[in-house]
Amino acid sequence: MSLYYVQKFLFEINRQPSIQEQYRNDRQAALAPFELTDEEVAALTEPNIGKLFHLGVNGQILMHFAAFHQIEWADYLQRMRDGIEAHGPVREGVYAITGYEGTGVNTARLMEKEDN
Amino acid sequence: MPLVYAGVCSHAPGITGRAHLADPAQRDAVHAAFDQMRIDIEATKPDAIMVMAAEHFANFFMNNMPSFAVGMADFYDGPIEDSDWLKIEKFRAPGNRNLSHRLITEMMNSVDVAYAEEWLFDHGIAVPLSFLTPKWDLPVIPVNINCQGPPLAPLNRAWAFGEAIRRAADSVPERIALVGTGGISHWPATPDSGKINEEWDRDFLDRWCRNDKDALLDYDDLTVYAEAGQGGFEIRTFVAVSAAAKGATGTVRFFEPVPIFAVGCTVADYQLVAP
Repeated sequence: MSLYYVQKFLFEINRQPSIQEQYRNDRQAALAPFELTDEEVAALTEPNIGKLFHLGVNGQILMHFAAFHQIEWADYLQRMRDGIEAHGPVREGVYAITGYEGTGVNTARLMEKEDN
Repeated sequence: MPLVYAGVCSHAPGITGRAHLADPAQRDAVHAAFDQMRIDIEATKPDAIMVMAAEHFANFFMNNMPSFAVGMADFYDGPIEDSDWLKIEKFRAPGNRNLSHRLITEMMNSVDVAYAEEWLFDHGIAVPLSFLTPKWDLPVIPVNINCQGPPLAPLNRAWAFGEAIRRAADSVPERIALVGTGGISHWPATPDSGKINEEWDRDFLDRWCRNDKDALLDYDDLTVYAEAGQGGFEIRTFVAVSAAAKGATGTVRFFEPVPIFAVGCTVADYQLVAP
């Protein structure tokens, strides 16, 4: 796991047209400078938005990567939900630190509070 | 010159980027609230607008993440996001390096702050400014509080930062308008996007309007996350504006939950008291 480098790559591609161009031409080559596991490389090259969210990528970075791939907003949200469904709770990062377990659990907690 | 304006507003990218998907009446009401905020700010005849946002990994990343940062340049470009996505055309906003330098120097007497001579505005600054200075003709002093990459500076430090901003603004001859952006409860860019805890928001705004320091600092991040989402961490900018308002009380000019914008859209300001 190297969430830091997954997010570093996304940070760079989000803001640098030259890396966007490199990624369009050769995704593996664009990822080569970053310390990534095979699982992470696969998620970034496919791209698998749901898997990336499951791995812990911050949505503020991920949403721009999705937009770069012409993924519409509603589809982007659904892919993250599907990722949690398929792979389980977020593994690492800000959502895991704060106990993110998925939309359903989060909603239930809020409703429970309202009931009280 | 004492601070001439202190207010807060939302900055969610959906406010411009997904405006076409919103109920037209709701969208127009939100945009009208921003327009009124612009009119109110213009009435104070500011020489510069200091926009304090929670930046989202556009300039600052976890390789070197400042808790507090202030821009110090003569111009700033934006938006860093795709213009078609954010529905804001590329712009160059004027800055004022000399003014920033003097403000930062004063702030450093009491807080540690990073400065940045380059800054690409993301939606945290670009969305509010697209309404508040649509001709991009008012010098901007960008300010960032890290609300995205924990560990985050605790709220009492955001309060101290706001106090430092006020001391700095009061120390220069220019008329400074201060606008904090972000919050309140929201789960931006996650599967929970669109969820808004209105009750939590209204309670927070009540504390904000009363400028009740103890009540405003009585939050911890785990509880905020559970009840207000990771977007709730952005209350730091609102809290800093409260401190900068130096005891003034405030008014909510507009608040309405808009799920397609992923936030309870907010415009509020303090009635500053001349010293």
